Amino acid sequence: MNIFQTILILAGAFLAVFGEATLSAPRVFLGAQVDLLPALMIYAALNTGLVTVALLAVLGGIWFDTLSANPLGISILPLLAVGFPICLRRDLILRDLPFAQLVLGAFASAAVPALTLLMLLSGGAELLLGWGTLWQWLVMAAVGAVATPFVFSLMNACSRALGYQPRIENSFRPDREIRHGKILKRL
Amino acid sequence: MFKQKNYLALGVVVIVAVVLLSLPTRATARLKLAVGSWFLPLFGLAGAAQQLPADLADSVLPRRELLQQVDTLRRENQQLRSQAVQSAAIARENDQLHALLNWQKTVPWKLKLAQVVMRDPANWWRSIQIDLGSRDGLTNDMPVITAAGLVGRVSSVSTTHSQVVLVGDPNCRVSSLVENAARDMGVLIAGGTLDTSLVELTYLASSANLKPGQSVVTSGLGGVFPKGIPIGQIVDSRAVEYGLYTEARVKLNANLGSLEQVWVLFK
Repeated sequence: MNIFQTILILAGAFLAVFGEATLSAPRVFLGAQVDLLPALMIYAALNTGLVTVALLAVLGGIWFDTLSANPLGISILPLLAVGFPICLRRDLILRDLPFAQLVLGAFASAAVPALTLLMLLSGGAELLLGWGTLWQWLVMAAVGAVATPFVFSLMNACSRALGYQPRIENSFRPDREIRHGKILKRL
Repeated sequence: MFKQKNYLALGVVVIVAVVLLSLPTRATARLKLAVGSWFLPLFGLAGAAQQLPADLADSVLPRRELLQQVDTLRRENQQLRSQAVQSAAIARENDQLHALLNWQKTVPWKLKLAQVVMRDPANWWRSIQIDLGSRDGLTNDMPVITAAGLVGRVSSVSTTHSQVVLVGDPNCRVSSLVENAARDMGVLIAGGTLDTSLVELTYLASSANLKPGQSVVTSGLGGVFPKGIPIGQIVDSRAVEYGLYTEARVKLNANLGSLEQVWVLFK
């Protein structure tokens, strides 16, 4: 992990929030706006450290709430509640399998809006809720699930294309180099 | 598993969230304004990208079609001018009658065109952002309309952008009037979550004689919306709370799902 990956994830979150605010096609065709921040949180939790997860939760949440009528900061804790336990237990997860990514994406995309709604309702906010909300929640979970493997592929590709790669260790050791004498070098 | 570093990260994020949530409304609005300004370059880019196809289409439009459009617009302009002259005469007469009856003179409303730059990314709010702000003279609670009818009201204002809460959001209640013989009055509240074109008109009198197709307009009560702005049409009605009052579904005139330009009403 390097700092470039953190910057890439945060830039992805910024663009994802902007896209959600400007693209109305999912709302028109599916009846719900999809959220890509949970999918990004899964990627960050499985591939980076706690600092990146915390930064994504704070900045992603603030960006989302800024462009929304949500109270500022309400989306931070749901994102953290999803990313933090996954980050701690990531050694037990087969993170390279698309199916695992799909399941985690569905879980995160369902949990984040549910937790946000719970927090808003406990704060006494009047929300636009009804039977349609259930459909919107299912759409968000389903699209989030499908989007997660794509987010993984895209972020990995960007990371490979733009970031510096870790130095590959090989078996060559300079202190074990056979130094030839002057006679052999002339030959 | 739970090292000190983990506790620290968790603690910092929780503290940030709690501090943000407990900030006063004014501070939150300022913070939203500051963070929202980071998105301004992207809004500019998106606006230019949306405008590009229209500009390209305009540049390849045949001359004959352009001349036809100019001719149509000229005729329309002449009609509107003659209507404006008639309206001015009626307004003068109205002022004179007001003066005779000692009625308070009503201030005419002015319009300002705004572009819709984004929609609320959350599914549980119904709001949009427009490209007019406090530097353009916008303040909270200004009515927002389209040529078809009422859209909503300005809910928060920053220097360059404003948030408009749309009709159908729980935070935008409108005192409304049904254009029937009894002039039944009610309050427009949130509608369905999936269909943005339907809203509920509630607290109508139990004796209200509602029929599908009757027009609903703003009543002017409450002081936010001026009287007579078209809202929509009655779809159906039903008695609620054991006949205590009547509720009706209203189909909005304005298409809230595809708003591109709106008008803000100024006093």
